[in-house]
Amino acid sequence: MRNETVLRMRCVAAMSVLIVLSGCGDSIREPEAVGGPAVMRRLTESQYRDTIASIFGADVAIPARFERGLRAEGLIAVGTSEAGMSPFSIEQYDAAALGVAAAIVSEKGRDKFVPCKPHTDMAFDAACAKRFVEVYGLRLFRRPLTSEESQRFVSMAQAGQQRLGDFYAGLEVTLAGMMVSAEFLLRIERTKPETDPSELRELDAWSKATRLSFFLTNAAPDAELLRAAGAGELDSKKGLRRHVDRLIGSPLFKPAVRAFFADMLQFDKFGDLAKDSVVYPAFSSTVAADAQEQTLRTITDLLIEQQGDYRDLFTTRQANLTRALGIVYRVPVPTRNGWEKSEFSVNRHRVGIQAHVAFLSLYSHPGRSSATLRGKAIREVFLCQEVPDPPPNVDFSAVQETANSKMPTARDRLEVHRTQPACAGCHKIMDPLGLTLENYDGLGTYRTVENETVIDASGSLDGIDFKTPEGLGQALHDHPETPRCLVERMYRYAVGRDTEMEERSYMDYLTHSFATHGFRVPELMRTIALSENFFAISAQGEKSEHEQVALRTGEGL
Amino acid sequence: MSKITRRTVLRGIIRGVAVGVALPYLDCFLNTNGQALAATGQRIPTRFGTWIWGCGFIPEKWIPAATGSNYSLPDDLKLLEPYRSKLAILSGFDVKLDGVPNKPHITGCLGLRTGIPVPNEVVKAPTLDVLIGDVVGKGTRFQSIEVSTAGIDRSYSYRAAGSPNPSEVSPQALYRRIFVDGFQDPNATEFKPDTRTMARKSVLSAVQEDRKRLMRDVGAEDRHRLDEYFSSLRQLERQLALQLEPPAPVENFTMPKAPGDRALDSEIDHVMVTHRLMAGLLAKALQCNQTRIFNVLFSDTASNLRRAGTTTTHHTLTHEEPVDPKLGYQKEHAWFATRSMVAWREFLDEIASIKEGDATLLDHSLILAHSDCSIAKAHAVEGIPIMLAGNANGRIRTGFHLDGKADPITRVGLTVQQAMGLQTDRWGALSMDTNRTITELLV
Repeated sequence: MRNETVLRMRCVAAMSVLIVLSGCGDSIREPEAVGGPAVMRRLTESQYRDTIASIFGADVAIPARFERGLRAEGLIAVGTSEAGMSPFSIEQYDAAALGVAAAIVSEKGRDKFVPCKPHTDMAFDAACAKRFVEVYGLRLFRRPLTSEESQRFVSMAQAGQQRLGDFYAGLEVTLAGMMVSAEFLLRIERTKPETDPSELRELDAWSKATRLSFFLTNAAPDAELLRAAGAGELDSKKGLRRHVDRLIGSPLFKPAVRAFFADMLQFDKFGDLAKDSVVYPAFSSTVAADAQEQTLRTITDLLIEQQGDYRDLFTTRQANLTRALGIVYRVPVPTRNGWEKSEFSVNRHRVGIQAHVAFLSLYSHPGRSSATLRGKAIREVFLCQEVPDPPPNVDFSAVQETANSKMPTARDRLEVHRTQPACAGCHKIMDPLGLTLENYDGLGTYRTVENETVIDASGSLDGIDFKTPEGLGQALHDHPETPRCLVERMYRYAVGRDTEMEERSYMDYLTHSFATHGFRVPELMRTIALSENFFAISAQGEKSEHEQVALRTGEGL
Repeated sequence: MSKITRRTVLRGIIRGVAVGVALPYLDCFLNTNGQALAATGQRIPTRFGTWIWGCGFIPEKWIPAATGSNYSLPDDLKLLEPYRSKLAILSGFDVKLDGVPNKPHITGCLGLRTGIPVPNEVVKAPTLDVLIGDVVGKGTRFQSIEVSTAGIDRSYSYRAAGSPNPSEVSPQALYRRIFVDGFQDPNATEFKPDTRTMARKSVLSAVQEDRKRLMRDVGAEDRHRLDEYFSSLRQLERQLALQLEPPAPVENFTMPKAPGDRALDSEIDHVMVTHRLMAGLLAKALQCNQTRIFNVLFSDTASNLRRAGTTTTHHTLTHEEPVDPKLGYQKEHAWFATRSMVAWREFLDEIASIKEGDATLLDHSLILAHSDCSIAKAHAVEGIPIMLAGNANGRIRTGFHLDGKADPITRVGLTVQQAMGLQTDRWGALSMDTNRTITELLV
């Protein structure tokens, strides 16, 4: 009897494994594409810089101060389709354009970048100017110039030469003009002209190449991709696969993965990060820069070089350190200049990127740690869960000064938050996570006591209890929302907008495929890039409804 | 000097001819109502600016006991004594929430500035500095200048949601932007238009030829953003156009010194120095007509100010510091509130130090100073402290304390717009919608 039951249970288990497996096989196919609205995105600062570097080389200086990007749905990449363009931004783009253009036509630059020599210095060489504007027009605008555009830029160059008495000076002002054009600074997406706007449409070849390229290389399409777009190669499955594989295999793929994670981890906030120099004398701008670099290096090592499991980012003990960071981590770093790769020993208590100085110092106050900020960031950044703002009319003064001996540790001070009903709702979901990280001070240095009292670092994440920061890392690794959140972020990053309701089953497909492929991020990016949904633009009827909502909520008043 | 331009002609006419004769006024003259004339014969324009400090006040140290002009300055305002006649103290004006969730330190600030409370940074209307700038700020090199002095890259000047006008955080960068790149000394004896600037200007105007075609390529939502891009491009073109005209001479103008390298963070002693430096640069920029509109963020609305060696910021203190039983308020928070008023006084010192005609730059300005809340601990948006400074070229009456008696705070914004010459007769939404000018303020 007993044996039978056990057996039957085994059988059921085996069958369910089978079902799951066969389920994988079936649902691995992409659901029918539904797409979303076409968006108009501003280049992000890093896309701007990487694009200039890919066209003109990395050593061309860009003399501009970019404003901070607007963040929406947790990503600046999504904010770029909502952000405006203030006079300040244009001034800065203009300064950048003038700096780059001057370098390109300088005595040193022109041999390399101007594809022809003007026939004489006296008369305007229209043919050479035309070549110049068409070569760079294609790269900057990510499509060939129309003949009208080409003509207009050639006339600009001619007028410039007449005014300034020099062919190259004419090219210089023209190139600067191209670089402040809407077609360069804004990514305007266009669909295939022959398609019916009331039905599901497909991006045209140039917009496809642009989406692909910014997603997989963080820069505008290279010459080869533009050639392929012109030849219609991106419209066939085979051709698309060849180019996606080429881009993923290119040296630019790593910067693209870095750009995504820097955005997701909100590293732009380092621009405002201040630490009190008396409380944290080890903090410096070098530490701030190295801390970001450390986390990004760990990410690309694990995800690209080792083709590792995304979830291992929360349990990895890999250490990439510099001397400056060694001081904060209290780990000796023998290398005097530059980076050293090693592993944190178990007694260092550094497990996962959430226990890195970058994360810990960014989500802290200037003079102390913050269990609440850290807990909130873990929910929002890694699990895509929104934590509401605190109620406005709550008296916080029970959370007293840190030196208060009656409440020596953050756990004591936050107890009040978790017992007052108005606060408890949210603090219960933030504090148990953040309190586990109280073993790290506001800069990220490991500690076991606060105000002479031993820190109790126990906590829990959605029903999983743990006693140490290592336990939190494991819980994040195992949390079912961890990979799903990454998938959602990655897709939103790729298309520059929030996911549409209709895209639910597509998201399920991506999440499922991510799991099937061992949670490998490059494979996820490949799946997105090869999917039909990635290039699909929903019917215009839906879009105008979307607009109406935006008008009601945004511009209506 | 032999070259005769429209400006030199105009200058000559103003000098020699009685007022009232029809003149080919430049655009920038049309929107100002001031009577003041500088020694150079230029009519002096009216400038508008805002000055924000975070985390409100200690009421007993800030609200004068009496209203009207016969009041004594309370503790935190004592140091403003020299400016008593040029200040209007406005207490008791409320942001009316109409059920909108109060996002701490944001809803009050943006409600006051846009007339519509929002539960986040997604503003539903432009901030009033932008509205005013669109009318009086077009003829200058910069439509507006924003600065943030506590090391934080934030701004509460918005054209639309997603379109803030970003702040300069570094005095060096501010100096470079205004007084180095493309700056023309107004009192230079020689003027020669730069051919490169001419070439750049015509390129910029050619780039704008795409406008119509592009507008057709994007959805309605994006058309606003594209339109904003083109307006900003036009502003840049105007900037170049101005460089091609000889600058109008400015009396008493001397170049400011280039600021040195210094710590840019939220430590209060650093902030006070940064703020003073930036205030000085801004005053000079206003003096030589680089802009007519400015926004200063002294400390962020959730005040990020802090004292060296302490674990808490001003904002954290407002929530965590116990009330001192003897004083009846939070002592450390009060210290920062007092320092904020010291900074405000220093700001006025810098503006008033610029002589224009027989008065000062302050007399020709209207500065709206405000916080984001009244009682920071509770994030109260009722009775947000406001001060108006300067007389807007004789358009604004000052020298008194007015109690708003819980009137909507939009009355202040409406009055300010009217004083700046805008044809606005109502402003704000729902309970904040008002057509009631504060007549006590208008001359």
